[in-house]
Amino acid sequence: MKSPRKAILGATTGLATLLSAQTLSAVEIEYWQYIFDTRVQAMDILIERFEEENPGITVNHSTFPLADYRTRLAAAIPAGQGPDVMQLFYGWLDSYVDEGLIQPLPADTFDPDMIGEEFFPMVGAMMRDGAYMALPTAVRSLALFYNTRLMEAAGLDSPPETLEEMIEMAREMTIRDGAGNFSQVGITSGMTAQDHHWFREVLTRQHGAEPYLDDYRTVNYATPEGIAAFEFYTGMETEELVTQSGFMDEPQAAFRAGRAGMHIDGSFRIGALEGTRGLEWGVAPLPLSADGVAANYGSYWVNAITQRAQDERKEAAVKFMEFIVSEEAMQLWLDVVGELPARPSVALTEDNLANPVYGPFIEGLEGAHTTLFVDETAQRQVLVDAVQRVLLQGMSPAESLTMAQEAEQAIIDRAQGN
Amino acid sequence: MKLYSRLSIDRKRTVWAWGFLTVPILFYVVIRFYPTADAMVLSFQSWNLLGARSWAGLENYVRLWNDPVFWQVFRNTFMYLILGTPISLVISFVIAYNLDKTRFLHGTLRALYFLPFLTTAVAMAWVWRWFYQPVPIGVFNNLLSSMGIGQIRFLNSTTNALPAILAPAVWAGLGFQIIIFMAGLRAIPTSYYEAARIDGVSNWTILREITLPLLKPTIVFLVVFSSIGFLRIFDQVFNMTTNDPGGPLNSTMPLVMMIYQTAFSSYQMGYAAAQTVVLFTVLLVVSLVQLRILRDR
Amino acid sequence: MSDAEIKVSAEGLMRQTGTYKPPRDPMQIVRWTLLFMGAVVMVMPLVYMLSASMKYPHEMFEMNIIPREPTFENYALVLSDGRFLQWFVNSLIIAIATTVSAVFFDALVGYTLCKFDFRGRYIIFIAILSTLMIPTEMLVLPWYMMSLHFGWLDTYWGIMFPGLMTAFGTFLMKQFFETVPDDFLEAARIDGLNEFQIWWSVAMPLVTPALSALAIFIFLGNWTAFIWPLIVTTDQSLYTLPVGLTTFSVEQSVQWELIMTGAALATIPTLIVFLVFQRYIIRGVAMAGLKG
Repeated sequence: MKSPRKAILGATTGLATLLSAQTLSAVEIEYWQYIFDTRVQAMDILIERFEEENPGITVNHSTFPLADYRTRLAAAIPAGQGPDVMQLFYGWLDSYVDEGLIQPLPADTFDPDMIGEEFFPMVGAMMRDGAYMALPTAVRSLALFYNTRLMEAAGLDSPPETLEEMIEMAREMTIRDGAGNFSQVGITSGMTAQDHHWFREVLTRQHGAEPYLDDYRTVNYATPEGIAAFEFYTGMETEELVTQSGFMDEPQAAFRAGRAGMHIDGSFRIGALEGTRGLEWGVAPLPLSADGVAANYGSYWVNAITQRAQDERKEAAVKFMEFIVSEEAMQLWLDVVGELPARPSVALTEDNLANPVYGPFIEGLEGAHTTLFVDETAQRQVLVDAVQRVLLQGMSPAESLTMAQEAEQAIIDRAQGN
Repeated sequence: MKLYSRLSIDRKRTVWAWGFLTVPILFYVVIRFYPTADAMVLSFQSWNLLGARSWAGLENYVRLWNDPVFWQVFRNTFMYLILGTPISLVISFVIAYNLDKTRFLHGTLRALYFLPFLTTAVAMAWVWRWFYQPVPIGVFNNLLSSMGIGQIRFLNSTTNALPAILAPAVWAGLGFQIIIFMAGLRAIPTSYYEAARIDGVSNWTILREITLPLLKPTIVFLVVFSSIGFLRIFDQVFNMTTNDPGGPLNSTMPLVMMIYQTAFSSYQMGYAAAQTVVLFTVLLVVSLVQLRILRDR
Repeated sequence: MSDAEIKVSAEGLMRQTGTYKPPRDPMQIVRWTLLFMGAVVMVMPLVYMLSASMKYPHEMFEMNIIPREPTFENYALVLSDGRFLQWFVNSLIIAIATTVSAVFFDALVGYTLCKFDFRGRYIIFIAILSTLMIPTEMLVLPWYMMSLHFGWLDTYWGIMFPGLMTAFGTFLMKQFFETVPDDFLEAARIDGLNEFQIWWSVAMPLVTPALSALAIFIFLGNWTAFIWPLIVTTDQSLYTLPVGLTTFSVEQSVQWELIMTGAALATIPTLIVFLVFQRYIIRGVAMAGLKG
């Protein structure tokens, strides 16, 4: 809805809908998601199929720019408009629940035990007081991208399997001039990108730490194990000299420009890399720790039913929800959007696992953890600052990480207090 | 209409005056005064955009007072002012003073100095950001390394980043200040200079005793004008630190950026409103203090 | 009169008439050379920007200013999806509409406060002037809430409404209308013109230089405005040029030659306008600055 005029138009059609719903007992529900070409396409196909199967229900599909989501809702809800079913980033769930915008999924259709069995474990993060609030169609995980040409040039034939190998290989692929300036880094680094997830949920666990306690309400990474993980991360730059944070301005940029041997990123980066001229790359699962521990970070967009959906609208909304998190929908989502299915039964097929690009990501799903952020930007900034204190101010990793833990705890406490 | 025609001429004019002012008064009330009051009210509330606004008392201000980031931001904001205003005024005065004494290609030189003022801060922020990159990308570091000098970390440094971000702001503002200074210099009657020359006074003394005192109104205007500009710096910081907004380690974050982040990234509207009230107070106090000091001297 | 006195007063005369040519002493040459070098340094960032926008990626990080193989491919690439054109048009529409409105109302209010005598005049003047002390940044939050409430987000109106009148312009125009003699207006009144006609057809033409100075200022201010359009728009097709350029540059990450092309596209139009109306613009800026 771009103009007041359209808003009025929307309101009248809304009213008309309401009237017709009562007279014809046909239900019309609103579905909202953000604008992303392939996602919109996939959803259009799904809606078409759903409407064929459920002749009494019409689903209106509205899309908005990502940055616009909250304001659209803020504008629509007081006016009695807005979606019945909507997509939201999992990290927003708490504030949406707190404001009473969404309702729990009914347990008779979405039995918590059944979901626990049929979905990847990380989806458990969507449970509040024993009921699921939202469910994803697709999930994302992290993996290691590598530049095949640079690997070859350094005489390396296969990607690293462990962190130790990763450092070794990174060393081989690092090029510095006489003055010590990097012209090519072995591996990218930068907490501003995906590295803060890699550190938070992967490196800490691989070093034996438990990054959060009490359902992510207590920050716990500044333990000796967590500090060892942080020393490993900052050590790549300070000790091993195989990376430089801020090289080429941002990590994925350096990798795209062919000036980085390896790069850790999410499955959503695949599309951008596929379109890069002159870049040859491969994907491998995240490197294991020395004692073989694997971990991953999973994130996803979820679908939720809003408070607006009541009575027959709710019935229709529940049916629609059921449909878009079905196996059928997930396979379609993978085919059209390229995002990984949220159910192991769809994801872990032989075909999918053998896929050279998606395989490594799908492999990571089983052990993936999902951080329950209260304010992802602010919590990311905490780790960005922690690294900068070490790199720019020479602070010890232990002291810096302890400060980070306090700062992040304060952010969480404030959010919980509200 | 009948009523109107019976009015005296003065009364008629009063009716016209209020007629002219109706729309503007409405505008100023709705778009300026009401929002100002609303911002002040909001600073005592808590609101995340989705729910209802609720009263929070002094909580936002207490939090601000106890927030180490805020004090860092407060210092940064004043650093932009303390570095920016004197440096840009001295440079622009020196250029204006000398340009005023030059005739050859005067118009062309003046145009070249003025050109950066017409640029968009956003575009120039990206140009300078490119200049500041480490080798092999950045112009400055390439230049340094071709002269055999080590690299300088411009943006990725807690000490250099703020001046580095300030530089394009100073650069873009010079043209305006030069033009104003030159207009001020032109406005000084030549008879003063003639009298001084007859007395055989040196150029330096003329500058100190005649030119600068007579330029005082111009200087006051430029000091206040540019100070407000530097206290409100945002465009350059936003565009030059998109990776780590206001970083590294908040060393470049000005107050306006903190407001933006608090409101539109963390959605803490009440807390952001408290920050705007601080900004308002700072601007008011700085302008008043400057006006008082400079007028008195 | 001594020789020195004659020389000095002759110089004064020539300065006033504009025929003064200072002697070519060595000091003067040094001064000129330094000023020239300074001017070159001033425009260097613009030169580098233009040069980079005409280079191929592989030549991008070499220091030569004149590209070895100049190309317009970057421009073609940047312009190809039509977004820049759209942003350019948006900026133009918004800047022009705002300028017209602000010049009209600022002149009207300035004139009313200057030439009419009525109770409350002083209070209104002070009230309007006091808004100069309220920073835009303080108002963006309430404006945003208003826009949210009235559905002005992502509309031209939403971008424009804060700038439709300015206190600075009102103050400036009031100053300039002081120079218009009351006799002129009185004469027009006797001729039977109404007050609006007097303002529009008698007073306004007498302050055209001031109007154009104000117009230049307001146009530039809106053309380069960033924070409010950034906040009020999320729909790419409504972005203004600065907001669009930010988005574009973040998307491009390392492709600096494309970022420089975008920056050049945002800069070139104003530079062309400046080169055409140079004298006018500089005089206008000086005038507005001195009176304000």
